[in-house]
Amino acid sequence: MSDILLEEIPLPAPAGRSHVLRRFVRHRLAVLGVVLIALLGIGAAGAPWLAPHDPDEIAISERYAPPFTAGRVLGADDLGRDVFSRLLYAGRISLAVGVAAMLVTLIVGFAIGAFAAYYGGWIDTLLMRLTDVMLCFPSVFLLLFVAAFVTPGLGSIALMIGLTCWMEIARIVHAQILALKSADFIAAAELAGAPAWRIVLRQILPNTLAPILVAATLNTANAILLESYISFLGYGIQPPQASWGNMLTNAQSDFQVDAWLAFFPGLAITLAVASFNFIGDALRDALDPRLRDA
Amino acid sequence: MLRYLGGRIGQSLLLLLGVSVIGFALMHLAPGGPLAVYTLNPTVTAQDIARVKHEFGLDQPVHVQYVKWAFGLLTGNWGYSFFGGRPVGGIVLERLPATLELMGSSLALALIIGIASGIVAAVRRNTVIDYATTTLAMLALSLPTFWFGLLGIYVFAQTLGWLPAGGMASTGGGGVPDRLRHLLLPMLVLGFVLVAQWSRYTRSAMLEILSQDYIRTAEAKGLRPMRVLLGHGLRAALVPLVTLAGLQLPLLVGGALVTETVFSWPGMGLLFVNALGTRDYPVLMAILMVGALVVVVGNLLADIAVAVIDPRIRLTHV
Repeated sequence: MSDILLEEIPLPAPAGRSHVLRRFVRHRLAVLGVVLIALLGIGAAGAPWLAPHDPDEIAISERYAPPFTAGRVLGADDLGRDVFSRLLYAGRISLAVGVAAMLVTLIVGFAIGAFAAYYGGWIDTLLMRLTDVMLCFPSVFLLLFVAAFVTPGLGSIALMIGLTCWMEIARIVHAQILALKSADFIAAAELAGAPAWRIVLRQILPNTLAPILVAATLNTANAILLESYISFLGYGIQPPQASWGNMLTNAQSDFQVDAWLAFFPGLAITLAVASFNFIGDALRDALDPRLRDA
Repeated sequence: MLRYLGGRIGQSLLLLLGVSVIGFALMHLAPGGPLAVYTLNPTVTAQDIARVKHEFGLDQPVHVQYVKWAFGLLTGNWGYSFFGGRPVGGIVLERLPATLELMGSSLALALIIGIASGIVAAVRRNTVIDYATTTLAMLALSLPTFWFGLLGIYVFAQTLGWLPAGGMASTGGGGVPDRLRHLLLPMLVLGFVLVAQWSRYTRSAMLEILSQDYIRTAEAKGLRPMRVLLGHGLRAALVPLVTLAGLQLPLLVGGALVTETVFSWPGMGLLFVNALGTRDYPVLMAILMVGALVVVVGNLLADIAVAVIDPRIRLTHV
């Protein structure tokens, strides 16, 4: 009887890699996002070779040169520095801050969420209440608050953004682990005598990967945006080092003199952030259709 | 209901306590401080700095300072600005109406446009309208608010000259039309990001609801499509949307800060940025607490509203 039943019920095909890829590629904007990120990434990584000028080279005679004049593709800024070269170098900083901050949110969020869910009890209560408290701070406020008191630099800013944005990941991990904790294969691993850290890393981590990957992509977008906010307000990356945000510090006055100058860095931020957002959205759809529009 | 309410209020108070402790600790344990600028000034002696530190109470241990400050906060004495010596409560409260005006009008705009466009996108699923709405919403979420605001100023104030570039009213006052003209651009800029979120969430909530059996039942009964959509569909979507309104508050408060800076809007956000430059601790802490209060109370109200709309919630989560 049971043999017949087993034969008759077709097993659902496992969601293989090709499935995921096919569902991802269906989102044309996400594919465009991948291409754009690749281009921005190549531009940033290859800045020393691709930049036509030294990004810090000052040429007063070419101040406010409009695009396509004086041999400058995107013109020159208030000190006569080449805007295109600066954009490439700024991309290195801004993208690096975005990715580094995302890694910090991953590590901190996973550690706190996993620790709280796995051990439960008062540790759980304490850590998840801390997560709630952190969510009450409007993140720009908290970030400016801390940024004003720390020596700004690539590492410190990435760390600060990461430390103010890990809460969502912690909640996802927490919820996933609570759901997994009672699963049979975890009990099996425990019975087999596997230590807690091994269970977390080998059994739990792979099973929480899909929603974390999505959140990580969206966090990267958010981190790039936050970096531009605090750099614009003067508490982020400090000149002469360029970031997309601090290239806009003088945008208010630039708009009156040379609007192009204030246009391109903002466009670079928007393109990078939108790309990561579209990729995250498509990943959510591709990796786990149940999560769609969640 | 009362037990649910009591529990949520207790949680909110604990959250505020947590925010105050973390905020206070972050600020006071950070290197530098409001007097750091004077250490470079040769005319200011070490004794002067020590005396001012003592006057401001900055020489005491952090936990003593915290207890004094928290006690003052509860009894209505929010301390005095380090620069100018005015009472902080007055400084912050006179800025509050401007911020609330900006946030309130942006939120109202976002609610109307966001929900309407979300419903349209859900009903016309997988059509050009749907793709255009969702793509536009995603782009709006990706725009740096300050840059978008500056673009708006460039186009509408500088090039076309239709709207003022900043401030809340023309010098010497001006009537309601003048104030509305000043409000329009900042409201649109702040509202744009919020519209995007509302549109996305409304769309996904409506998509889920419209595939439910009771919607088909309502249609089969022969109800008019509009009635089904709003009376049955949107009604059921209210629960997640009210929760979203609460969750969106940090974004709204943070966005207001950036928008105010760009448009020189004389609200709390601009005050915060200015106070940050001078490290005016009492002012910064007060604004942080008011911001957190808005977030916590907003979430509390959202939870209460959801409990009123959906009785299952107040019965299961005590």
